[in-house]
Amino acid sequence: MSKKPTKKQDVATTGHSWDGIEEYNNPLPKWWLYTFYACIVWGIGYTVAMPAWPLLNGATPGLLGASTRADVAAEIARYDAANEGVEAKLVAADLTEISADPELANFSQNAGAAVFRTWCAQCHGSGAGGQQSLGYPNLLDQDWLWGGSIEDIHFTVTHGIRNEDDPEGEARFSQMPAFGKDELLTDEEIAQVVQYVRKLSGQEFDSAGLGDGETLFIDNCASCHAEDGTGDRAQGAPNLTDAIWLYGGDVETLTETIYNARYGVMPNWNTRLSEAEIRAVAAYVHSLGGGE
Amino acid sequence: MGILDKHGVLEKSPTLLLIFSFLVVTVGGIVEIAPLFYLENTIEEVEGVRPYTPLELTGRDVYIREGCYVCHSQMIRPMRDEVERYGHYSLAAESMYDHPFQWGSKRTGPDLARVGGRYSDGWHVDHLINPQSVVPESVMPKYGFLLNREIDAKYIGDRLKTDAMVGVPYTSEMIEAAQADFAAQADPESDFDGLLERYGEGVNVRNFDGQPALTEMDALVAYLQVLGTMVDFSTFEPVASR
Repeated sequence: MSKKPTKKQDVATTGHSWDGIEEYNNPLPKWWLYTFYACIVWGIGYTVAMPAWPLLNGATPGLLGASTRADVAAEIARYDAANEGVEAKLVAADLTEISADPELANFSQNAGAAVFRTWCAQCHGSGAGGQQSLGYPNLLDQDWLWGGSIEDIHFTVTHGIRNEDDPEGEARFSQMPAFGKDELLTDEEIAQVVQYVRKLSGQEFDSAGLGDGETLFIDNCASCHAEDGTGDRAQGAPNLTDAIWLYGGDVETLTETIYNARYGVMPNWNTRLSEAEIRAVAAYVHSLGGGE
Repeated sequence: MGILDKHGVLEKSPTLLLIFSFLVVTVGGIVEIAPLFYLENTIEEVEGVRPYTPLELTGRDVYIREGCYVCHSQMIRPMRDEVERYGHYSLAAESMYDHPFQWGSKRTGPDLARVGGRYSDGWHVDHLINPQSVVPESVMPKYGFLLNREIDAKYIGDRLKTDAMVGVPYTSEMIEAAQADFAAQADPESDFDGLLERYGEGVNVRNFDGQPALTEMDALVAYLQVLGTMVDFSTFEPVASR
């Protein structure tokens, strides 16, 4: 590959000489030199076409009028325009009709899944299975705190749960008393209620420790969770008789729940998402398996 | 060929070469950097950006100490996918009181420029204790130890003073009240009127980590919850031509 340089007599040297070794003063290769000049010309042209030169009040805007801010606004507008028809149809449709209309069902499945992954998955899990040990509800099962119809889900997503941020003030709201912390029940009474809740939910319980559990439950808990423990969706009071737990049904977790109470929150999405996005994600969640 | 042939003079004297190289770089610097300080279209005025409260500033120091910036940027670029996912693209003015700023495009984790108000305090605490408990696919390390590290804010006044030296408009009143404001923000039972008066009505006053002691977890969550929330984009429309 390598070619030995042959000394040509007509090439001048730089005049440097180190121990008799001299340096040729060959010109730069033509292709390199012209590429270099072309880059200079292109660079000047670029500063004319694009925003570049700082002047007194602002930089030159460039002949092409390039602006990343305008670009992103235009691109978003382009996608909005493409979806405008189907989004308008989604907003106008009756919530219960979304799943029956193939176009709306298809759109809300995809758009809703995208919204879910971006905004909901952090708490409810990327598969919507929730996280029981931390009290993030599972959206796949049949058990709903505030209702599992498409209207209920839409309302919950729109206004959220236990937040002060909803501009319409419609956030779903309820609060379980902290029976232990606020000294409404003694530790002994709480232990009895725990055993009674274990009994209600069909789990093993300690009949010796049950004591007045049933009376205590009816006096303190039944107004929200109902006398038979089936809960009340109007107040977001969970059904205690099924085997589905928000935080857990073991003695330790139940004791903590009754002692300190729970206060799960959900943001109102009406200030962050458009109505079409809310409807899409409601339809998506409704279709996951538990929808009523 | 006149002056162009004289370059040998510079090339043969290291001292001259150094001096003239420095001059060339200086001219380049003046042309490229100096205009940024006076040009109006690089200094966008934005309503709502305020200095961090003492608690948030402490949280920011925890954030930097723990190297959160190694995986998380705080700069939403003007691109459709980022705007759709994270919210409005970041404005330079939103980090004008950041020393140092947290811009970047290297994201192992998501961008945090607008994470404030997006999740509950409880979620942040759960997530910092064990990120995989809420996001199983996450590779983030655990930061539960922050719950055990109480802070007394002994030097918070000096910390504010340091930022004031580099241009953050902390008033002498803010610096004097720094310790009180620090404690007040994490205690909703306290008298926090002064804090709101100094830093604005929008300041979050909560027990951020849900436990009685004032810990680094409180500070970090307070900082995370204010990120990107200062500018109200429902009333502010950035000029598109910038």
